[in-house]
Amino acid sequence: MTKLLDIQNLSVKFSGKRNVHAINDVSLAMEQGETLALLGESGSGKSVTLKALLGLLPPKRTRIDGSMRVNGTDVLSLRGKALRKYRGGEVSMVFQEPALALDPVYTVGHQIAESVMRHKGLDKANAMSVALDMLDRVRIPSANRRLHSYPHELSGGMRQRVMIALALACRPRLLLADEPTTALDATVQIQILLLLRELQKEFGMGVIFVTHDIGVAVEISERVAVMYAGQIVEEGTTREIINDARHPYTRGLLAANLHDVARGTRLNAIPGAPPALDSAPGACSFAPRCPIALPACRAVLPPVFAPGPRRRVACLRATEPIAAE
Amino acid sequence: MALAETSPVAPVQKPQGYWAGVGARLVRDPLTMICLGVVLLLILSAVFAPYLGLPDPYKGSMIARLKPLGTPGHILGTDEQGRDMFARLIYGGRLTLFIGLSPVVLAFFIGGVLGIVAGYVGGFVNTVIMRTVDVFFAFPSVLLAIAISGALGAGIVNSLVSLTIVFIPPIARVAEAVTSGVRALDYIDAARATGASALTVIRVHVIGNVLSPIFVYATSLTSVCMILAAGLSFLGIGVRPPEPEWGLMLNTLRSAIYVNPWLSALPGVMIFVTSLCLNLLSDGLRSAMNVRD
Repeated sequence: MTKLLDIQNLSVKFSGKRNVHAINDVSLAMEQGETLALLGESGSGKSVTLKALLGLLPPKRTRIDGSMRVNGTDVLSLRGKALRKYRGGEVSMVFQEPALALDPVYTVGHQIAESVMRHKGLDKANAMSVALDMLDRVRIPSANRRLHSYPHELSGGMRQRVMIALALACRPRLLLADEPTTALDATVQIQILLLLRELQKEFGMGVIFVTHDIGVAVEISERVAVMYAGQIVEEGTTREIINDARHPYTRGLLAANLHDVARGTRLNAIPGAPPALDSAPGACSFAPRCPIALPACRAVLPPVFAPGPRRRVACLRATEPIAAE
Repeated sequence: MALAETSPVAPVQKPQGYWAGVGARLVRDPLTMICLGVVLLLILSAVFAPYLGLPDPYKGSMIARLKPLGTPGHILGTDEQGRDMFARLIYGGRLTLFIGLSPVVLAFFIGGVLGIVAGYVGGFVNTVIMRTVDVFFAFPSVLLAIAISGALGAGIVNSLVSLTIVFIPPIARVAEAVTSGVRALDYIDAARATGASALTVIRVHVIGNVLSPIFVYATSLTSVCMILAAGLSFLGIGVRPPEPEWGLMLNTLRSAIYVNPWLSALPGVMIFVTSLCLNLLSDGLRSAMNVRD
């Protein structure tokens, strides 16, 4: 069976007043129906990866190298009609801010129906009944009435459900979720997470879940890839990442967790800030903040160790036993 | 027992369309409705002027010149050639409203398209369109209208052309500003992410969101346009006598201001009332067309 997703040596560079090497040599693979969490802080290239996958980056200012295949289709070679068929049909996306990602002047039913009409060639009435069915599936109460609501008449959680309905209406094989719970409050967050997990099982699609919240990543995904400064520094199953994190950055993220911290004690934050991405990295990007960095870390790119199948760590000291902290 | 009571199935609401909502909000706004009534009355009376049993607006009388308001047979008196004022004001509405409104409608389409294209495509296209438009901003609108009309020569068509050219730049500017604002929003990316073509994105999502601000802005220009048109006629580079037109009437009655001041003010009152009502109407439309509150 072909891999759902196969990214090879992807690099994305934005040019303009300032050059930004947003993504540097990223490789990533997913099997059908898998859920992968892409974990990293702001500016680590998570959202850019997703936008590159949908071909949404501004073509003039962006240079993309490497290859991206979804179900065997080379995404970078898609143009015109094939690209439009791929977007929304094969891969679709849930945006971070549902208040901004829905068009304020159309009813939510209309917006879902639009996408359905485009991809399935249905007429308006049938597309509306598909939209109604989708609103039911994302557990929107009295969906019949909500079909004719404008986005501003819905609550944040409700809008995100609509956004999910819109993304899934054409049964994509891969769903890209760009921090879909960040803009929501905590109780709604968990509802949306559970909903996404249920829908993932129901539809059997693959999901890439971008988040900066390691708790959310654990909740939703089977596998985790940790991104730092436009690179994937560690990848493995969720269990491996939680129990046996090898990269000092991943360990730092896990240590910075709010759980199990006694009141009044200092939180374990990672000191420093991520590097500016003006030039392509020639050494380990994390070295300036790394508690265990060696002089060699600052000289060359770290080698990638692969302790097991589909498990890798980009760190010079990944094989050493973890020092007790 | 109250708990066991099942909630009744929500009645399926009849979907209320966008324009139905705008209409409902307009009806609840008395000032706007009054202005709408006045404007409609003016338009209808202008359109149906020949069927209202009015005296001939072109036929003068040497003995009945500059009769005051309330003269039997001439409710609003007669002008400097003895023509019935009431008939001339009603007939004058035809030309005045036509010259006042059609340049804005034309400029709305031309300027709107230019602005939306410039705002959406951006880059070089934006620079070419917007810098060209900016050139016209160097001149005050009255001066520009006079200059173009003067160059083209007097006449109705020429004043239409010159006024259209005057109103394209401001409308294009507004259209470009709102379009480039909308283009950066997530729902444009979201629409592209669901496979919408550039044309669909512009047609559905961009136009849907920018049309009402452009439209409201254009309606606010109609009163300015009417005054400019009247001004052109007043200066003698618009409509030619003996056609009845409010600006031209204001000009020809100017000399009668010492003999019969009320009479000579009448065309000005018409211009004032019409442009005021158009302005208030556009304000009312602006609040009625805002879906978000």
